[in-house]
Amino acid sequence: MPLRALSRLVSAVAVVIGVVTLMFFLLHLAPGDPARLLVGPTATPEQVEAQRHTLGLDRPLPQQYASWLGRFVQGDWGISLATGRPVRGMLADAWPATVKLVGLSLLLSYALGILVGVLQASRRGWLDTALSIVTVTLFALPGYWLGLMLVMLFTYRARLLPAFGSAGFDADFLSGWERLADRLRHLALPLTTLTLIGIGGTARFVRGAMLDVGNAPFVAIAHAKGLSPTRVTLHHVLRNALIPVVTLLGLSLPTLFSGAVFIEAIFAWPGVGRILVEAVLARDYPVVMAATAVSAILVVAGNLLAEMLVGWADPRVRT
Amino acid sequence: MSPLLRDRRAIFGLVVLGVAILVALMAPLVAGDPIQQGDIVATRFLPPLSNDFHGTFHLLGTDRFGRDVWARLVYGARVSLSVGSLAVLVSVLIGVAVGAVAGYWRGWTGTALLGLTDFALALPRVVLLLLLASLWQPSAVLVVLVLGLTGWMTIARLVHGEVRALAVRPFVESAIGLGAPGLRVLWRHVLPNALTPVIVAAALGLGNAIMLEAGLSFLGLGVQPPTPSWGNLIASGRDTLVNAPWVATAPGIALVLVVLAATLLGDAVRDQLHHSEK
Repeated sequence: MPLRALSRLVSAVAVVIGVVTLMFFLLHLAPGDPARLLVGPTATPEQVEAQRHTLGLDRPLPQQYASWLGRFVQGDWGISLATGRPVRGMLADAWPATVKLVGLSLLLSYALGILVGVLQASRRGWLDTALSIVTVTLFALPGYWLGLMLVMLFTYRARLLPAFGSAGFDADFLSGWERLADRLRHLALPLTTLTLIGIGGTARFVRGAMLDVGNAPFVAIAHAKGLSPTRVTLHHVLRNALIPVVTLLGLSLPTLFSGAVFIEAIFAWPGVGRILVEAVLARDYPVVMAATAVSAILVVAGNLLAEMLVGWADPRVRT
Repeated sequence: MSPLLRDRRAIFGLVVLGVAILVALMAPLVAGDPIQQGDIVATRFLPPLSNDFHGTFHLLGTDRFGRDVWARLVYGARVSLSVGSLAVLVSVLIGVAVGAVAGYWRGWTGTALLGLTDFALALPRVVLLLLLASLWQPSAVLVVLVLGLTGWMTIARLVHGEVRALAVRPFVESAIGLGAPGLRVLWRHVLPNALTPVIVAAALGLGNAIMLEAGLSFLGLGVQPPTPSWGNLIASGRDTLVNAPWVATAPGIALVLVVLAATLLGDAVRDQLHHSEK
């Protein structure tokens, strides 16, 4: 177990370093000279050269890479070109919001998705067909469009829920329950959107896994022993079908995070995704780089958690 | 009759994709000019199924510049469908190449390529897309390349698995035994037998690529207005959700239908393959 955990940790760190390396070289491939951008169009060649020297751009590439990596590991992520704030502070403020949104939506979409999938696999027939149509449609819905439609219905038509941000303007003056209620009202639309798209994929996968396990000989034996169908479904089929589902949990994190980027941008949710989108639109490279790295770290950390969960759910993996 | 045509999902998928492609190809015949603006004050925000004062009929109404939403939808289909399919083509080419090489030449080449695949698979695709799209000027070509470069991993893994299994089959071993060079064995004997699951993955990838193209254009990083694409149509309707909800609704429904069609067609083909294996 420790050896396995260690090798997972090493590969997780390798992924993050890989992302940072990729970013460094992409940035150097990209057209445009950062020194020239900084000094402006009227600068003399000497001034450009001086700026290049200040930025360290005149040094050999491997040396630049080493010092960039060193600074990055130490948490010196530079200053945002658009806002002038330190990049690390911006992301330190943002990542809990993303973890909250993605984490809650992961829990909800898996709970509901497993429920729907089990229902479909145990009651075949018209209910299965109807739910299959619903889940495949949810699977095909683009999150940003579903978000807009929900905003149109619940914010503009029904005037029930707020569509922007994670708290109202008066949040600082509210106390106790009112503050919590305000937070929950702001969470409702982004969380619903992200969860609805998540349910489709999960339910489809759970249904498939349940039907696969249902064909196994031990299920026939359980039925032959005279166990009730509900008991067979929940104790024999579902338990075994959940193992690939937990594995999928880790694999679906990047997809879920991708969806969250759009949702955060639409609902102005103050997370890493919105920072990334805004920075990309403003060509704010230090922020783009750091937000990409933070996304990779969050996803890799989530994957490690999911692996530990698989080890807990399936004793065969614990070697 | 082919068994595929007895599957309702396949019929739905083929019909919807067929109609979408046909309408996109015949765009000039079935719709007016998508960019032309009439008298803005008189023709903007017309609801669906209404006539403007010229007597021109607007099936899906007009947007805030008085442009016909149906025309923009139809011309947007050209952009969205072609960008999506070209992106999938790029993904399939890279995925098949990487998967085949990694599966056929095991050892350090294979390990390195598989490691690269797993690495790329571990990253959120949209984050990579945004990173790449931020470095160059947005354009349709960039979207194709960027989507292609971030979508090949599942195909590579599929092909890798197939090629590995095929490489030890007797007909491949006899081809090697007859002295055929490695690339020829791979190209003539292994790959043609490994391609069926790629079709399924490509169908599912098409839906995904169209959805992501629309997403990038929605954020302003993809196809740039006034060229219509479903994504920037949804984005332009975002500001008029109150006055003219149809501007954002129509391209969204078109998008969902096409993605649904690609997904269901992929599902149907996959089930067909599983049945024929058994």
